[in-house]
Amino acid sequence: MWRFLLPVAIFGLLVAVFVLGLGKDPALVPSPLIGRPAPEFTLPRLDDPAKTLSRGDLLGKTSLVNIWGTWCSGCRQEHDALLALARDSGIPIYGINWKDDPQLAREWLATLGNPYVAVGVDQDGRTAIDWGVYGAPETFLIGPDGTVLYKHIAPITLDVWREQFLPRMAEAGAAK
Amino acid sequence: MTARGLSIALLVGLLLVARPGLAIDTDPKLADPVQQATYERLTSEVRCLVCQNQTIGDSSAPLAADLRREIREMIEAGRSEEEIKVFLLERYGDFVLYKPRFKPSTAALWLAPLLLLLVGGLGLARIIRRRAALPVPADDEPDAAKEG
Repeated sequence: MWRFLLPVAIFGLLVAVFVLGLGKDPALVPSPLIGRPAPEFTLPRLDDPAKTLSRGDLLGKTSLVNIWGTWCSGCRQEHDALLALARDSGIPIYGINWKDDPQLAREWLATLGNPYVAVGVDQDGRTAIDWGVYGAPETFLIGPDGTVLYKHIAPITLDVWREQFLPRMAEAGAAK
Repeated sequence: MTARGLSIALLVGLLLVARPGLAIDTDPKLADPVQQATYERLTSEVRCLVCQNQTIGDSSAPLAADLRREIREMIEAGRSEEEIKVFLLERYGDFVLYKPRFKPSTAALWLAPLLLLLVGGLGLARIIRRRAALPVPADDEPDAAKEG
């Protein structure tokens, strides 16, 4: 009997593995940065290149770091959600404008509204590499001590905010 | 030469000339041939996460170009191949290397083929041994057939 059942069982197991694998999105690569200190960076600010935005500016409060560009359609999609978060949740949102034309970026914020406390300009993409960015939009949740708590790849929505970000903020807050 | 032969020769000639046009990485070579070899090896082993089934050497994505530049600069600065791989792993994780490191989370990936080979080999050996032990039917004997 087992000579018949064993191959069937192995086949069933394989099917289960493949079905589970099919449900995963291969575009979502887990970030090795989670649980580690956010990378150092210093970037000229979009509104005033004489000023800078750096890692130190993030500290003291839980914050979001959002990687965006005017060339990125997903960034346009999530823009209203970012505006709503900036208005209603009180979390400071910092932007990193990735491989973009600063003039277009300024026009974008002037036209669509500006959800960001400050935006750093990363024209050559070096800061993005340090942050392990590979596709905009990406949004990092940074704890008050500068630890990366979570990274969301793809446009952020209010549902994602409630389901992914809020529980992690509560968890990090409870740990202290 | 016939018109047909001429057009084939022309086509082949044009294709040969067009080859460099297919190159993605158009940056000049590194001065040191050893460094250039390291660069070529690394760009053929690092995955472009934007277009995941291409290496950064094959990809025209802007991120791939940035990573090639980063790798080139690190090589020129005298960083070792290992240091550059660690740099990439710390930022992008195991998936960035086409040959992931052997560690607990990747052990199944590396060992499963060996395990399957072992199981298959043992199964095959059992079947061969059992068949070898069976008596040979009389009319299968080649000598008997000849004599009969």
